[in-house]
Amino acid sequence: MKNKTINVDYLSRVEGEGALRVDIQDNQVKDVKLNIFEPPRYFEAFLRGRDFREAPDITARICGICPVAYQMSASHAMEDIAGRKIGGPIRELRRLLYCGEWIESHALHVFMLHAPDFLGYEDALQMAAEYPDQVKMGLKLKKIGNALMDLLGGRSVHPISPRVGGFYKVPTRQELDAMVDDLKWAKDASLETVKWVSTLPFPDFEIDYEFVALRHPDEYPFNEGRIVSNKGVDIPLSEFEKVFEEEHVQHSTALHAHRKNGGPYLVGPLARYNLNYDRLTPTVQKAAEEAGIAETCKSPHKSIIVRSLELLYACEEALRIIDQYAKPECPYEEVKPGAGRGYGCTEAPRGILYHRYDIDDNGAITDAKIVPPTSQNQEMIESDLRSYVENHLEMEEEELQWKCEQIVRNYDPCISCSTHFLKLDINRK
Amino acid sequence: MDNNQKPKLAVWKFASCDGCQLTLLNCEDELLAIADKIQIAYFPEATRAVVEGPYDLSLVEGSITTPEDKERIQKIREESNFLITIGACATSGGIQALRNFKDVKEFTSIVYASPEYISTLDTSTPIADHVEVDFELRGCPISKAQLLEVVNAFLFNRRPNIPSYSVCIECKRRGTPCVMVSQGEPCLGPVTQAGCGAICPFYNRGCYSCFGPKETPNERSLSRQFVKMGYTNEDLVRAYRMFNAQSDSFRKESEYYEE
Repeated sequence: MKNKTINVDYLSRVEGEGALRVDIQDNQVKDVKLNIFEPPRYFEAFLRGRDFREAPDITARICGICPVAYQMSASHAMEDIAGRKIGGPIRELRRLLYCGEWIESHALHVFMLHAPDFLGYEDALQMAAEYPDQVKMGLKLKKIGNALMDLLGGRSVHPISPRVGGFYKVPTRQELDAMVDDLKWAKDASLETVKWVSTLPFPDFEIDYEFVALRHPDEYPFNEGRIVSNKGVDIPLSEFEKVFEEEHVQHSTALHAHRKNGGPYLVGPLARYNLNYDRLTPTVQKAAEEAGIAETCKSPHKSIIVRSLELLYACEEALRIIDQYAKPECPYEEVKPGAGRGYGCTEAPRGILYHRYDIDDNGAITDAKIVPPTSQNQEMIESDLRSYVENHLEMEEEELQWKCEQIVRNYDPCISCSTHFLKLDINRK
Repeated sequence: MDNNQKPKLAVWKFASCDGCQLTLLNCEDELLAIADKIQIAYFPEATRAVVEGPYDLSLVEGSITTPEDKERIQKIREESNFLITIGACATSGGIQALRNFKDVKEFTSIVYASPEYISTLDTSTPIADHVEVDFELRGCPISKAQLLEVVNAFLFNRRPNIPSYSVCIECKRRGTPCVMVSQGEPCLGPVTQAGCGAICPFYNRGCYSCFGPKETPNERSLSRQFVKMGYTNEDLVRAYRMFNAQSDSFRKESEYYEE
């Protein structure tokens, strides 16, 4: 087949609406387009005029899968305007809430969205017929992540307790202690998950990525750190827009991000892992060694192993936080920003989520900019697709289409999140 | 049970955050049992398999915001025996209905460098504005228990047991002291439909009405109380213009205080 078009009109097992089109001409890949036709929802526009305290509740609605990421980036940005850093037990509880979101989101992706591709199933329910123990384990892990979010956030989709300055209500020692047995089970289950996913069949496909993630002096990153890359970036949040830019391309309602005067980059579990391996716990590092990906992993397909390692990390971190918890006297600190500009960037399960706000003297938002992880990964996904298709031109149409879908799902793209995103067309002329 | 004998379920998405359809996947304890009784015929967030319609039950998430989606919902209605809308976007237009009060061209130019690439309608509207809807399930997000109740009810051909009373009733049942009375916190609970379990007051904050107006709400009376508590007209407009801004009575109330 010299010329052909691969078309996927509606990508499945991703969050949101997108499609994919690959054009092949004279055995060369002419064009790759990740089409994001998620309708625009205009968050950055209608945030103007809203009170700064409303930003965490409103921006949470950008994404039902990772609302905590939005609430955290927005809250940190507002606290940045006020020149405040929230420490102590409130900071720890924010990390704990994030652990819940990582567990829920990673378990969903590893077991229900990603694993079926490796084993040739169209979904996890089909997979459950032959892998019932794994699917049940995945569902239970997900449930424990959601339970942690229910407790800290009031509910798992669009939590209501987080606010600028902290929480409306914080849990008691006893309420957290009640989670410990489940989290211990989840830690063991995550370790089993790492072992299981590392036996999946992986193609020989590695890319020399530019990884971009947060880096913190002491911790594996959730809420704070500098933005760093393996190719020379090391900046405070306030310089994000100087180094990275977004471009509006015709085939997508998501904006495409890349390095200024440079190429695409990758955010998410692979980036965090490669840039922060030394911040992982000994248990996670040992599991990584046994899985054969210690320190570095450049295989996008093996992101399923990295996600499982992060699941393990999130369970251990949650247990550590609960163990050391002392209930704060007040669930939040009063934050009263004056007019100014602030930045927030936190590690959503899919990668860094950047927020920048300007507010006036009355606390009203005058300008907002939100750069979600999936719009940052969009160009890298297209680049991966191009590399893969170029090396597999002789593959049967149907198989190639499925493999292309899998390349997209490697990124756990959250298209709804991109506000501004996906449809597969492989076109051989 | 053989797939051919099971009722066919489809899950559709329009402008939304995916959180309400995620609620179906969040039924961790029930999901395998559901799949045993129902054929999940179309649900792209969960499966690449597509079974052709017609469908016994369609769950529709999201609001209508583009010319293409306006057409698409008509076809979905034709293919569906029952059509249930899920969540604030589908039942009232959602947070993106805030565009209905502004100039959408200006909105596009704020977000996009090349506005000519964007095809969108001036408004975000609920599904029921476009096709006949058999039941509307409220919430931003919907409640898992209510979703299971509605799916069950339609499969067994009975009326869903979803209350239309206010959040106040849930606070009383839960034993939560009224946050307006005891903490002086403005709370939209008295005009908001129950279903969330009154979580906000339980977490020491006023309700912000993610379930939208209850049956026969009295917003004016509540607004006057908010004014006594220090709310300005602008504060009131913002309060009614959140996740259900386009629902009839909230829209009227916000417009009243805008003038």
